[in-house]
Amino acid sequence: MTKNKNTLIWKIWLSLALILIIYFSYTLLTGKDKSIFMPGELTGGHHQIGIACEACHSESFSDEDAMQERCVSCHGDQRKKPFDSHPKAKFTDPRNADRLEKINAVYCVTCHAEHKPELASKAGVTQPEDFCIHCHQDIAKDRPSHKGMEFETCASAGCHNYHNNRSLYTEFLVKHMDKPELLDKRTVPEKEFASVLDEIMSYPHDRYPVKKLSLKEIDAPLKAQFKTTDKIRNDWLNTAHAKAGANCTSCHTVVDENKESSWVDKPDHTACAQCHYVEVKHFMQGKHGMRLKQNLSPMTTEMARLPMKPSAAGKQLECNSCHSAHTYELKSASVDACLDCHNDKHSLAYKDSPHYQLWLKEQSGELPEGSGVSCATCHMPRVAVDVNDWLRRTVVQHNQNATLVPNEKMIRPACNHCHGLGFTIDSLADETLINNNFNGKPSIHIRSIDLAREDYLRHLKKTGGDPD
Amino acid sequence: MMKTAKLALSIGAILAISTGTFTAQAENMVPVKAMADALHLVMDSDRTIYTRKIVNRLVKKEKVIKASEHFEDDKALVLPAQMFRFGAEMVKQRSENMPDVNFSYSLQSLWPINKQNAPKTDAEKEGLKFVADNKGKNFYTEEVLGGQKYFTAVYADTGVAPVCISCHNDHKDTPKTDFKIGDVMGGVVIRIPVDG
Repeated sequence: MTKNKNTLIWKIWLSLALILIIYFSYTLLTGKDKSIFMPGELTGGHHQIGIACEACHSESFSDEDAMQERCVSCHGDQRKKPFDSHPKAKFTDPRNADRLEKINAVYCVTCHAEHKPELASKAGVTQPEDFCIHCHQDIAKDRPSHKGMEFETCASAGCHNYHNNRSLYTEFLVKHMDKPELLDKRTVPEKEFASVLDEIMSYPHDRYPVKKLSLKEIDAPLKAQFKTTDKIRNDWLNTAHAKAGANCTSCHTVVDENKESSWVDKPDHTACAQCHYVEVKHFMQGKHGMRLKQNLSPMTTEMARLPMKPSAAGKQLECNSCHSAHTYELKSASVDACLDCHNDKHSLAYKDSPHYQLWLKEQSGELPEGSGVSCATCHMPRVAVDVNDWLRRTVVQHNQNATLVPNEKMIRPACNHCHGLGFTIDSLADETLINNNFNGKPSIHIRSIDLAREDYLRHLKKTGGDPD
Repeated sequence: MMKTAKLALSIGAILAISTGTFTAQAENMVPVKAMADALHLVMDSDRTIYTRKIVNRLVKKEKVIKASEHFEDDKALVLPAQMFRFGAEMVKQRSENMPDVNFSYSLQSLWPINKQNAPKTDAEKEGLKFVADNKGKNFYTEEVLGGQKYFTAVYADTGVAPVCISCHNDHKDTPKTDFKIGDVMGGVVIRIPVDG
């Protein structure tokens, strides 16, 4: 009797084990969602693509170089000089072998370990805050103003940023240390796409030469034209697309592997990328478009960790979500599109802020173009981008995170077009001011400019220079 | 007897890279010291040309542009030392996928503006002092770093143009303010991994 009972238990146990093995093997080999294997929750930077393990783990999990390659495939643009003051190239000289034993700065995961949310800071850093000590232990000798400071404060006090230090390095602080709260000239860089079209080699000049099109020249196939309305046609006619020769087939045509083209009713981001390659590339580097880069479905508001409006439930994020099809309205994409979804304190306070008042004045023509401050002015600023090794042009940075965390990254691309450096650094360190959308003045003071000034004046005194 | 370098790159190949006129003889192995000397000759000549024909000419003689450490922000020329370092970084990056080509080089000084460029290893400390004290002589040794043995050569880096001297003497972070033309201001350290 007992023997039969044992046999039965064994059979049940083996059956369950077999079912589990089949289930896990099937999920591993064929399933799209592999989150069941995840060893720990992902940080805010990666949680959207958690079901696509291969986005980060392309090869063996123990191959650090392969994983590094995956990091660089998304974050590489921001990890080059001058946007990164600690690029990999700084550490690969054998003379740094002893330092790499303490902190292997060659690999992103050394400081940004994933699946360990309990260790990660807001910027996803999992190293203790005093990590600078490994290489800069003698800093107080070179910078007397730093004497007595703890290494925990290097990055946390608003003074230094390990990667993007472009607005915080000493000479920059000194150069801008006496700038007023508000600059005399307060406008953002002008748009540039139309004026540099000739220089963009990847632009399909041959198929769509730049010229103003009329309604008569619409080139959609008849079958598609039956489905269009006068509104769609007129919307298109008033866009920059119609004025620059971008006809219906420019967006509505897909080219397959055999270079055969066919009409699509609802084109996706790949259609936009034919001409707006840089914008789409940046979009897919940020939280809005990162799922598209991994060939996953578009992000929806339910996936966001930031508060989203209930009325935006189910909304998907593609190019057309903000740039409505056929109108490609840029003004609503700069404010309304953001506020339709975002429901955090900062977003909700925008319409009560001085920035919004400037935006309204620009829209009414009271202020010149580029002097209003929309959501996009700061979160998707117009920046100079090296689109390849030989060409730099002004584009809208569609990776919203490129200027966000740590927020000192926003200083040069956005704030400094209108505000002095000292005011900006203090404002960005003030959480209350951020929450009320910069409605007021900073109540916090960051000492970085004071320290730079101290060192600068000490040098002048030593050399007999004139502070003016 | 001097060991041969791991990399099978001949002097001819190096000169071919530099001048484009010689035929590479990649099969020949060269002594590691000759290898280091040849590399230094190319590096030093390129930087001297950049310093004289570009930086000093445009900054000091024709006065049409500045050279600046923050060349992007100042819309200025890259400093000769930076041009040298960028080259070193690019070599390291490009040689990552070339297992037969493995060497590194850096510019260091006993009086560095950026303290990260002060000598770190015993070989660097000894070598930089040697080339500063023995003008015209190079320093060669071997050292083990991160478990790998290296042939390490140190060459004096001499101030060849007025821009080198004025920039270093006037910089707020310089520990030495009395350099003169012809002074040894630092050293180029070349490392080539060797067996053993």
